[in-house]
Amino acid sequence: MFDLERWQEVFETISKNKLRTFLTGLSVASGIFILVILLGIGEGMKNGIEREFQGDAANAIYVYPGVTTKEYKGLNPGRRIQLKNDDFEYTSAENKSALEFKSSVYRIYGGLLTYENESGSYSVEGVYPDYQFLENASMVTGRFLNYKDIEESTKIVVLGNRVKMDLFKDSKDVLGEYVEISGIKFQVVGVYTDPGGEREESRVFVPITTAQKVFSGGNNINSLSFTLEPKDTYEEALLASNNFTNKVETYLKGKHTIAPGDNSAVRVNSRLENTKRFYDLIGMIKMFFWGVGICTIIAGVVGVSNIMLIIVKERTREIGVRKALGAQPLSIIGMVLHESIFVTSFAGLTGLIMGLVLLDFVGPMIQTDFIYNPTVNFKVALSTVVILIVAGAIAGFFPSYRAARIKPIIALRDE
Amino acid sequence: MITIKDLHKSYKTGNNSLHVLKGINFNVSEGELVSIMGSSGSGKSTLLNILGMLDEADTGSYTLDGVAIKNLNEKIAARYRNKFLGFIFQSFNLINYKSALDNVALPLYYQGMKRGERMDRAKAYLEKVGLAQWMDHLPNQLSGGQKQRVAIARALASDPKVLLADEPTGALDTKTSYEVMDLIQQINDEGRTILIVTHEPDIAQMTKRIVNLKDGLIIDDTKVNQVRALQNV
Repeated sequence: MFDLERWQEVFETISKNKLRTFLTGLSVASGIFILVILLGIGEGMKNGIEREFQGDAANAIYVYPGVTTKEYKGLNPGRRIQLKNDDFEYTSAENKSALEFKSSVYRIYGGLLTYENESGSYSVEGVYPDYQFLENASMVTGRFLNYKDIEESTKIVVLGNRVKMDLFKDSKDVLGEYVEISGIKFQVVGVYTDPGGEREESRVFVPITTAQKVFSGGNNINSLSFTLEPKDTYEEALLASNNFTNKVETYLKGKHTIAPGDNSAVRVNSRLENTKRFYDLIGMIKMFFWGVGICTIIAGVVGVSNIMLIIVKERTREIGVRKALGAQPLSIIGMVLHESIFVTSFAGLTGLIMGLVLLDFVGPMIQTDFIYNPTVNFKVALSTVVILIVAGAIAGFFPSYRAARIKPIIALRDE
Repeated sequence: MITIKDLHKSYKTGNNSLHVLKGINFNVSEGELVSIMGSSGSGKSTLLNILGMLDEADTGSYTLDGVAIKNLNEKIAARYRNKFLGFIFQSFNLINYKSALDNVALPLYYQGMKRGERMDRAKAYLEKVGLAQWMDHLPNQLSGGQKQRVAIARALASDPKVLLADEPTGALDTKTSYEVMDLIQQINDEGRTILIVTHEPDIAQMTKRIVNLKDGLIIDDTKVNQVRALQNV
């Protein structure tokens, strides 16, 4: 490998066949290039989806009521299910030890907010203090709701950052100001920001008790949100999450007289399961990408192998001469292998670097929700390099074996 | 230097067996210049191949410089060839992408000699064949005679016991042939043992001994009065 003479020989033969070597190298380089790009995109998709999910707590579970689709116990399908406060209270009490955060939501879509001359229509959500953590909201200024607000049904509001921008523009003095929600004055106590972006910041939160009273909600609620106590492993968390969702589903279906198989009447949505599905999907896509990439490399390697066979054939006489001059079979094998490994490694590294450079420059420019920051980490890059060297060795093996078996007497025979 | 006893060799082609060498007995002592003659199919090339360890005899013994040449595997054969023999071919067989100097240095590379020493020696041998100023030229920039001189320099480079030349003038015109023969004679004068396979009687007359092969047997083995090639140039 570090034999200077060998290197000279390799460079000599390569420089005699520049075009051929270049074309051969190109197939390997493009193979690695494609592999790197595909892996980068795979990573980008993972990042993109991860970012999408950052908006809410990773292990959140949401319960939404819907419309029944099955006739059950004499009740017709098409019945709208309305969740009530006691649904939330019962579920919370029943699973007290398992739950980390919990909140029910009473929601007014398109509530009109007015501050001085500015007004806009936003989703107004009556929630519990835990909702901050369920939504992954963090405070820009002021505070979130607290339990005293719930007990006393105070008329206070926490604005989303977007809402604050719309109504107050750049004004810093937001806290203590009064905004009107559907004509009723609420005092602003805080502004929050949400990693979910503008859509999630175009909402305002008020205490649920206040919302139900002020907007004549009675004891109706629109949805339930929970997170479970963290577990040590993902599997445990998933198991606990599944147990909990089953329990809630069974309870709510029993209470609201819903057919056990009627899935649209109560939907229990587990983020954990969704993420698992996405990760499974991404895992599949990544595997697929690896598969495609490896196949491309194999195509390149077969090309190199083919060319090396032709080179050996072309150099039969030369190899015969070398043997007549005293070349050992091993040195012939070394010569061919060396060239093959060098060509594949060099071409492959070029492809690798080009792929990395492209990802580096173009990656940040990609403007889509599904791909974010496509990169290839060092470990992956290293494994492709290993693949290359192995590929080069495989590509060179058969040709070199054939070269070693060339008999000088046949090679030197005058045609 | 070379002792051959009762050498047999046959080739199988399909179901037929072709008996090429039918018991050759043959000695060459040090410093001889021997030509092996014969019509095509007489077995002279086969004999040379066996002498050159490119092929192995079926039966019989072959001793080269006191070493019994038998049970050769590729590795040993390669080492012996490198150590004992220098080859000169009809079609020169230079490596066409290597300079004259690199070509001459190649056997020394396979001996494991260091680069500097190798190049010095290769240069000295190129000087000896009168091509020092051509050492950086590629073979296809040289004339036929020059190519054969480079090949001779290469054969000499490893300082072999015996030079084996297979029709060394077969691809050259008469004048160049004689020049090459002159060089071969000079090398022989220095005491090197040389075997030449040829079918040209005038070339054979320039050696010191002619061995005639016919149908796999030596039919004639006579010493001749050497004709100096230089006189005919």
